[in-house]
Amino acid sequence: MNKIIRRLLFMICCLCSTMVLFAQNQTTEEVMRSNGKIYVVVAVCLTILTGLFLYVFLVDRKISKIEKDN
Amino acid sequence: MKKSWWKILSFVLLVYTVVAGFLIKVPDLPIIHQSIRNLYFHVCMWFAMMILFIISFVYSILYLSNSRYKNDIYARQFAAVGAFLGILGYSTGAIWANYTWLTDQNQSLGSVLKEPKLLGAAIALLIYGAYFVLRGSFTDIDKRARVSAVYNIFAFVMLFPSIWIIPRMVGSLHPGAPGSDTGNPALNAEKDLDAVMRMVFYPAVIGWTLLGVWIATLRIRIQLLQDKTLINE
Repeated sequence: MNKIIRRLLFMICCLCSTMVLFAQNQTTEEVMRSNGKIYVVVAVCLTILTGLFLYVFLVDRKISKIEKDN
Repeated sequence: MKKSWWKILSFVLLVYTVVAGFLIKVPDLPIIHQSIRNLYFHVCMWFAMMILFIISFVYSILYLSNSRYKNDIYARQFAAVGAFLGILGYSTGAIWANYTWLTDQNQSLGSVLKEPKLLGAAIALLIYGAYFVLRGSFTDIDKRARVSAVYNIFAFVMLFPSIWIIPRMVGSLHPGAPGSDTGNPALNAEKDLDAVMRMVFYPAVIGWTLLGVWIATLRIRIQLLQDKTLINE
């Protein structure tokens, strides 16, 4: 049960992170469209990087748990 | 979760790498133009690979000196993550070369990729590939650990001629070869790198290396759990 809740939370976090991109106000919209839209690339790469680290973090936590059980 | 400052540091440095790496001003060189930003990614893969291979090499020597099975696990997993980063470095390099080394003279990528630096890197990675094949071919654990530790030392030593020395002795398109005016080391930080780029490059190397080390420690911990019965310490 705990696992399912955690997975759901994770999914919601992922969805929220994409919603942030849609729910921009005018100023961030302007930033994202300036300078050849390079900020869009930065946002995409940061999302990937954050996701990657989140994944490694979760694996790390899982291994810690197994280590504790043993 | 084993909390460590360096895991957070790795994340912070890589966020900095992506933000500063894309946004900071870079010198506009002919042909390369904006693609010089690959320095923060492609080159860092090789730096991180080299550091992980050094760690693996040290653990192999440690295994040979004290025969602790744990050291064998460490050596194997660091080599595995190092080889993975090497493959990433190789493929990112191929993409970069496709858009900078190819001119409009009807060359094919294949002809451009016949390059001492690339061949050397491929040989080095294949030698490490053989390390994993060798490991897999043993059934006896002690023999596997000992022979593969010796082989790992050989593989590490082979890195030097294949990726450091030979590419510098013959002509190559890759920076660092004679004939290119970029100086001898593949990356001469004093001469080739703009001061601003250095400010991003060094943190990037540290960040990627720490991420590699983190992944390696995860693999080590899994292996230690699997082989718990074998380790009596």
